[in-house]
Amino acid sequence: MPSSPIEPPHKRRITSNAVGIGLATGAYALSFGAISVASGLSVLQSQTLSLLMFTGASQFALVGVLGAGGGAVAAILTAWLLGARNGLYALSMAPVLDVHGLRRLGAAQLTIDESTAMALAHPEPIRAARHAFWSTGLSVFVLWNIGTFMGSFGASLIDNPASLGLDAAIPAGFLALLWPRLVDRTMWAVAAAGATVALVLTPILRPGLPVLAAGLVALVASWLVGRRE
Amino acid sequence: MIWFAVLAGSLGTYVAKLVGYLLPGETLARPQIRRITGLLPVALLSALVAVQTFAVGQTLVIDARLAGVIAAVVALLLRAPFLVVVLVAAFTAAVLRALGLAS
Repeated sequence: MPSSPIEPPHKRRITSNAVGIGLATGAYALSFGAISVASGLSVLQSQTLSLLMFTGASQFALVGVLGAGGGAVAAILTAWLLGARNGLYALSMAPVLDVHGLRRLGAAQLTIDESTAMALAHPEPIRAARHAFWSTGLSVFVLWNIGTFMGSFGASLIDNPASLGLDAAIPAGFLALLWPRLVDRTMWAVAAAGATVALVLTPILRPGLPVLAAGLVALVASWLVGRRE
Repeated sequence: MIWFAVLAGSLGTYVAKLVGYLLPGETLARPQIRRITGLLPVALLSALVAVQTFAVGQTLVIDARLAGVIAAVVALLLRAPFLVVVLVAAFTAAVLRALGLAS
């Protein structure tokens, strides 16, 4: 059965939404670039993250842990754990996109919160879902990288980032990423437990490890939730 | 060391994205896996908020960052966009330091 076509006005509306989402995340990339440089990465290293890693929470976590002196291994593991959800997004996008070969490699890189959410928000016809995924993914990719460069280059011109409060911008950025996920009591409980575990372990473990230990809270919580259901 | 973290970190997050396209649907769709991947970002992000607000190395301190984060909460309650939230936090901390009210 051939897939039904997508009406031009419908397509235009999706495209303009995609550009809007790209602009919003581009603004957020400004802060990533600035925070990355303030954490000790070069402009080129920050840009490499936005090109190759291209998933905001993991990027923020990587530079945050490195900047706090957590070391490479803890930074990598935290970024990986935060990026694991993209695997689930890919799983839900696979039947929608039906991509193979090089296109599959490209689709994988563009599989993030925004592109997946846009595709799921436009399920019918399937061409609309595909257009939503690709237009949002590409728009965010381009503007995320432009924003990163502007932010990192701008911050590289500043002598003392702490005087501008960039160290306070880091936890605020994580908080803004966390905020929309606090949708029910389970999430609030997990967040509270995660923060508590990390703070209690901070004086005991070397930097970076308390955050990873907080990841265990998620394992315990999902086991508890599973038993309750 | 930073380059190692950048490249190895990027490789792993890409593999996570790609795996979802390569594996058969039911493998990762088990409820336990879904729950863990939903809860992990919450636990890790809140731990990062806490540590980045209070830690200096292995010491816990209260300084201008906390005021910045509280200002960020207010901005979030007012439904401010991401960049505004971050700027409000930075601005609050910078002003308190400039006035000598916080370290």
